[in-house]
Amino acid sequence: MALAAFSTATPPQQDQEPAQRRRSGIALVLLLPGVLYLVLFFLTPLVSLIITSFQAPVLDGDIGQYQAAFRWENYTEAIGEYWPQIIRSFVYAIIATAAALLISYPLAYFIGVKVRKYPLLQNLLMTLVIAPFFISFLLRTLAWKQLLSDDSWFTSSLKAISILPPDAHVTGTAFSVIFGLTYNFIPFMTLPLYSTLERLDVRYLEAGNDLYANAFTTFRKITLPLSLPGIVSGTLLTFIPAAGDYINASQDFLGGADTSMIGNVIESNFLVLQNYPTAAAMSVVLMAVILVIVGLYVRRSGTEDLL
Amino acid sequence: MPKGAFAESGADLQLVGIKKRFPGFTAIEQLDLTIPAGSFFALLGPSGCGKTTTLRLVAGLEEPTEGSILIGGRDVTKTKPFQRPVNTVFQSYALFPHMTILENVAFGLRRRKIADPVAKAHEALRLVELDHLAARRPASLSGGQQQRVALARAVVNRPALLLLDEPLGALDLKLRRQMQLELKSIQTEVGLTFVHVTHDQEEAMTMADTVAVMNKGSIEQMGAPEVLYELPATVFVANFLGQSNLFVGPVQETGGDTIGVEITGRRLTVPTSRAQRQSGVVTVGVRPEKLTLHASEEAIAPGSNILGPGRVTDVSFSGVSTQYLVHIPGAGTVVVFAQNMSAGPTATLGSEVWVAWDAVHTFVLADDPPADGKFDDDTDTQMIATQARERLLTELEEA
Repeated sequence: MALAAFSTATPPQQDQEPAQRRRSGIALVLLLPGVLYLVLFFLTPLVSLIITSFQAPVLDGDIGQYQAAFRWENYTEAIGEYWPQIIRSFVYAIIATAAALLISYPLAYFIGVKVRKYPLLQNLLMTLVIAPFFISFLLRTLAWKQLLSDDSWFTSSLKAISILPPDAHVTGTAFSVIFGLTYNFIPFMTLPLYSTLERLDVRYLEAGNDLYANAFTTFRKITLPLSLPGIVSGTLLTFIPAAGDYINASQDFLGGADTSMIGNVIESNFLVLQNYPTAAAMSVVLMAVILVIVGLYVRRSGTEDLL
Repeated sequence: MPKGAFAESGADLQLVGIKKRFPGFTAIEQLDLTIPAGSFFALLGPSGCGKTTTLRLVAGLEEPTEGSILIGGRDVTKTKPFQRPVNTVFQSYALFPHMTILENVAFGLRRRKIADPVAKAHEALRLVELDHLAARRPASLSGGQQQRVALARAVVNRPALLLLDEPLGALDLKLRRQMQLELKSIQTEVGLTFVHVTHDQEEAMTMADTVAVMNKGSIEQMGAPEVLYELPATVFVANFLGQSNLFVGPVQETGGDTIGVEITGRRLTVPTSRAQRQSGVVTVGVRPEKLTLHASEEAIAPGSNILGPGRVTDVSFSGVSTQYLVHIPGAGTVVVFAQNMSAGPTATLGSEVWVAWDAVHTFVLADDPPADGKFDDDTDTQMIATQARERLLTELEEA
């Protein structure tokens, strides 16, 4: 199944027979396209991005004209100006990841463990989880903008039953941005969780039950640690793109003036202000912070002391 | 189960009118069973006879469709597995892969808030001689070691009732024998009630005080291993617990200490105390090792039951003994185990022989003899094994 692509299991170890050198030769040849691809489309742009992030404006030049330099102030200025957006990005991403985990875990558990006896139903439910991918990300987010807009039936009914005050807005708030992020990344959380939970051996749960652990303790001590690989990959697949997302927080979609994230800053600097060095510096900052957070997270969850 | 305290001693187990239906089939027809406290009880039967289901019902992992389960006099039918004073050694061991051996063993103690779980876990690991591996993970242990950890993990809780679900199935013969002895000594040492499920009749007989032979969802016969072997009640028990030579014939003579049954025109005598049915057509049986082969009828001691003449159709040597198959017209093929007391074979292939045995070894089964005088295929151990193999092969092909 295609879902295996999200599998977090360690790949089967290749048997290494020293006699068969030819095989490793073939392996190198087979790796070549991948390596070339990475050099061309990942390493080159990355180097170019870092070079751009240190560029200085050309004196008396036009807007958007820059020359090679080592202007590290680009970074301090960018961080100094945009620190609220940086912090907001990670706060939104963390909340959205947590919300997606809370929604996806029971869902993945239900599909992966509870309906295991009915493979047809299991496949149908997984198809439903992936179904949103058949419609464009932008369209779906726009649909939510309409649904949450001030004069939609949804918002007005909430106002009618006094859940929302009459002058409230939903779109343009932190809530709608986080809601959009959560909604859009739920499949990325559900798939890896499902692939770990689907392989969860229920005999361990029976053993836990037999050894005086009630349902909650069995979950905390057995199910949760055994599904940790799925939780780690699901949260990473959600958190990383969510932190850099600029669609949900954009004012054209679910965001407002005071909900912009790093992605929106980079977008406006690149496309509107033509301030390429600042945009590049922000991209590098985003990447660095994500790398540090992910690195710490993976190291921490690699030990059983996490729980 | 109360927290913070061990069970005082083993408890008795009572199954009253248990029935278990799964969608599409009935696993247990009707089961009434009492296992006294402190005993080593074996539930013996071929695969699919309902023995594992019985164990899961007792552990609380399945709910009975009907009937009730009492442990130490207390009805636990409606309680959850973690509330029952029962621990299971699973067939798959089910050791938690993310915990060390020590944490696996201490798991139950910690849940019940028993004082000093680590020391008690070490003690249990010493009992199975694996304390030096306490810091390892289950994946780095061999099958036999994992099995011993599973045992320690269950025994450490001192459950009133310890359930063993074919725990020795994955071990090789030598380790199996060793573990059988260890299990038996642990049971005697700690005085718990053990319920052992197995399809290995030798294992059941060597370890258990009481054996219940299960077939098709109900218990065929229950008793001490010697009694079951000496006096099987049904064709199934006679063939599943060891091998038997069975003959069908009418009772000709009753009264007194013996009854007489006519088989192939000969009169077989059976002690009345060993005849579980004393009129009409009955099934007479005798164990193969009780039989002797004779080249002529005259040499046979008086008071013996004799069948023959027949022809030796197969001779297979197995070290301690030699197995002969003798075809006797009208009585079918008779299996004879002859101890290799002297050098050279007792009989050769194709030779004409008489089969004789001391009349006191004869028994008469309690169940109805088959109408056509032929025994069902599925009551023969070899046939059960062949059928199981065929089923497995078709399953594999389908998969």
